[in-house]
Amino acid sequence: MVTTDTAFRIERLNIFYGEKRALKEVNFNIPAKAVTAVIGPSGCGKSTFIRCLNRMNDLIPVFRLEGKIEYDGMDIYSKEVDVIDIRRQIGMVFQKPNPFPKSIYENVAYGVRIQGFNKKESLDNAVETSLKKAALWDEVKDRIHESAFSLSGGQQQRLCIARALAVEPKVILFDEPCSALDPIATAKIEDLITELKKDYTVVIVTHNMQQAARVSEYTGFFMMGELIEFDNTQKIFTAPSNKMTEDYITGRFG
Amino acid sequence: MDTKLRNRLYDKSFYIVGLFATLFGLIVLLTLLIDITIDGFSRLGWQFLTSYPSRKPEAAGVLSAWVGTVWVAAMTVVVAFPLGVSAATYLEEYSKKNWLREFIEINISNLSAVPSIIYGLLGLQLFVRGLNMDRSVIAGAMTLAILVLPLIIISTREAIRAIPTTIREASYALGATKWQTIRNQILPAAMPTILTGTILAISRAIGEASPLITIGALTYVAFLPTSPISLEFPYISLKGLFDPFSVLPIQIFNWVSRPQKGFWIDAAAGIMVLLIIVFFMNGIATYLRYRYEKRMRW
Repeated sequence: MVTTDTAFRIERLNIFYGEKRALKEVNFNIPAKAVTAVIGPSGCGKSTFIRCLNRMNDLIPVFRLEGKIEYDGMDIYSKEVDVIDIRRQIGMVFQKPNPFPKSIYENVAYGVRIQGFNKKESLDNAVETSLKKAALWDEVKDRIHESAFSLSGGQQQRLCIARALAVEPKVILFDEPCSALDPIATAKIEDLITELKKDYTVVIVTHNMQQAARVSEYTGFFMMGELIEFDNTQKIFTAPSNKMTEDYITGRFG
Repeated sequence: MDTKLRNRLYDKSFYIVGLFATLFGLIVLLTLLIDITIDGFSRLGWQFLTSYPSRKPEAAGVLSAWVGTVWVAAMTVVVAFPLGVSAATYLEEYSKKNWLREFIEINISNLSAVPSIIYGLLGLQLFVRGLNMDRSVIAGAMTLAILVLPLIIISTREAIRAIPTTIREASYALGATKWQTIRNQILPAAMPTILTGTILAISRAIGEASPLITIGALTYVAFLPTSPISLEFPYISLKGLFDPFSVLPIQIFNWVSRPQKGFWIDAAAGIMVLLIIVFFMNGIATYLRYRYEKRMRW
């Protein structure tokens, strides 16, 4: 089934928000250098799941985790691991474009700056490379010092992708990156994701099944906090082995 | 009377009550301004601003008072701004939500409602006597700093809370530490609102007379605090901090309580100077808010 290397090895993952259990006994191996989609109805825990992978849930006071998430052989929730290192290796793009209220240039340079690199050449370099990788350079190269808010929604989301790439992560997590975008902007982001999988491990949460089918090689289906099925995307969408997956894919609920 | 008609009547009458209430404040303010201007305008001028107080009303001026106000206001900012912003940042970003934080929060809100004369008594005991600062600029500034601290903390916390979580998340997701996120994203984005709040707090402070009278600021000052900048080495001096001072509200208070009518005119002119300073500062605050709203669209 899964033939490539594994990026994330997740064992018996249970997530609690206070008393409420959000994820139940999730076992999941996410392959490296491929696009893995996470689908499921609203409230199924897919966002909770992806936010565990770079420890964004640490920001929630009542969050509690049981089980194990290994990235590249390292337990990312162990005490010896620095959460800052984790987030530098595992970047994230959010639901709504969330550029900083700064210039386009500063948005991309920020992640590099906070690592202590302040030389103009290396910053210029990082900004240009990242914007090119995010297919935004040609549109913004003449107004790179203008406010990021002057960009359209789709451009802002690509800016957020460029910003994540500038830190040179190995993994990029997308948490419903197109839910606030129109179809044309969505198509551009999807092209970009397809492009990125050559160099990066990509995990994308989406409520849009066509999107999962278009961009991913592997798909995991979540429901009520459980991973119901995980397989090749093609198999999930043509011959799912679980009845619930089939019902969801064919639109009987969700 | 049927319900429809009655509702319409209520609607109409509240409109009238509301309009009256709004106009009332405006009319009072306008009457005050016009009255003061009629009384004081003739005295207002270069000579008034550059003269020390005098026994003769026509020769008296507000030089030492407005310079004192500027000194005290500036030092109040220097003391209260870093303290207030740090405290607010701590409460919003670092402190855990527990009973201690609730206790501190409630007390900060209560402190902002404490009568200013109480702060004067505190300043007298703590700064003037306890820390031996005497009746100096710095003692006055510290007293006013404590007075405005709750206001600055409250407005800073509101400013920080208004920064969307998505900005925090974006910064953390790039591997920023908490301090980097606060320093580079949260505080800069919150700064216009913080500055607006600070300016409004300071413009309240410069109108205060009672706490400064309590700590013993002088009412008749015919000299200025030592200038902070001089032409001789070492060019900068902090000696002025420890000099006695007066401020505009005290000078005004002093003139009003004199029997001669000439001093009442001086008082009216002094009020105009104070109002101009306060309006100017509020103008800056409004401008900052306007720019902030234009620049930030989340």
